[in-house]
Amino acid sequence: MSKSNHKESFLAPIWKQNPLFVSLLGLCPALAVTKTLEAAFGMGLLFTFVLVCSNVLISALRKIIPEEVRTPSYIVVIATFVTLVKMLAEAFLPELYSTLGVFVSLLVVNCIVLGRAEAFASKNGVVDSLLDGIGNGIGYTLAICMIALIREVLGSGMLTFGGTFTFLADLNGGEKIRLFMLKGPGYDLSMSFFSSPAGGFLVLGIVLAIVAAVTNMKENKKKVDARLAAKKAKEEAAAKAAATSKEVAK
Amino acid sequence: MNYLGAFIMAIISYTLINNVVLSRFYGICSFIGVGNKVKSSLCMGAAVSFVIIMAAAICWPLYNFLLVPAGVPFLDTIAAILVIACLVMIVGLVMKKFLPALYQSLGIYLPLITTNCAVLGVVSENIASKLDFGMAMANAIGTSAGFTLVIFLYACIRVRLEASATPKAFKGIPIALVVASIMAMAFMGLQGIGV
Repeated sequence: MSKSNHKESFLAPIWKQNPLFVSLLGLCPALAVTKTLEAAFGMGLLFTFVLVCSNVLISALRKIIPEEVRTPSYIVVIATFVTLVKMLAEAFLPELYSTLGVFVSLLVVNCIVLGRAEAFASKNGVVDSLLDGIGNGIGYTLAICMIALIREVLGSGMLTFGGTFTFLADLNGGEKIRLFMLKGPGYDLSMSFFSSPAGGFLVLGIVLAIVAAVTNMKENKKKVDARLAAKKAKEEAAAKAAATSKEVAK
Repeated sequence: MNYLGAFIMAIISYTLINNVVLSRFYGICSFIGVGNKVKSSLCMGAAVSFVIIMAAAICWPLYNFLLVPAGVPFLDTIAAILVIACLVMIVGLVMKKFLPALYQSLGIYLPLITTNCAVLGVVSENIASKLDFGMAMANAIGTSAGFTLVIFLYACIRVRLEASATPKAFKGIPIALVVASIMAMAFMGLQGIGV
């Protein structure tokens, strides 16, 4: 495959084919772990690891796995990596592991991981699958971090670092790092509604609507441009025809 | 409180207070994907409920009597997903043989139950919070009842929603999420029930 294809398989999933905003996959974790920015980032990290590993292995085995038992084989490969990630997270980031809870296990049935295995890794080479995995991982992480940023700032009025990634607090001398945004001495504009499940649904719904509106606007602009160009071409053709007929008359 | 009372309270709690879709966020994909026909939402609810209850009933002894004594408790996720995949296949085969009409109407949704997070979520939750068998079954029954209730309610709302004028950008999933948000707010009101 050519170089431009490599670039495309890496860049497309970050915005143009974003797994959450455009393909609307992986909604469950996007709601469940986006209460705080740190948890969302941690989830994105684990998700990317599982996706990259499973993509590479499935792509390497794509000629060996028989067509009929494709999906079960993919699920077993993915489940193996999820088990690995679970053990690593429990050992090295225990706070993150307990914050995410069951949602680490639920990576096994994540539609994006299975979807990329089915739609991309089973048909493309190892390098492309690796890049596709990294691209999708970054795209999804950015998307859930954006939702978590909105929810944490509106819900608690500040951003807290060091609760889940404890080494950040250790670096800060044992104190959690707090960035106050909607909250301060004497005023508090935070709405705990946004930390609740209902707030999660609302934020995700509105963000998806904004993305859809931007896409619609771009498409409309393209249509209007095309129509204007067609009109201009018609006018020009008419003017030319008029000019030639005038000449003929002369 | 005796055990039976605790069992019933746990079912109520898992159905209404910690609702599977609206507060634990399992099964959002199938909640949004299927919920546009009232009848098929009920069929889907029944099929998912069957798989959840069977999977919980099989995985609990499998984990506690096989994986733990054998010293490989970390294989729980792999074992659970295999059990679930087999169960879904069996449900599909049985339905095809004895209820072909229902099988036809569920169509592609049936194999997708394997990847419904509600099923694996319940099994993993039972293992992670070390529930005993009775409580694990209460979780399974409550979750399935909650799932069926919510997708049924949502399908009823969706019928009206399709007939109403929605802003273009909100069409499809965004408005579904806003509806889910309002439903979640309603369910938040049930948190006052003391369990």
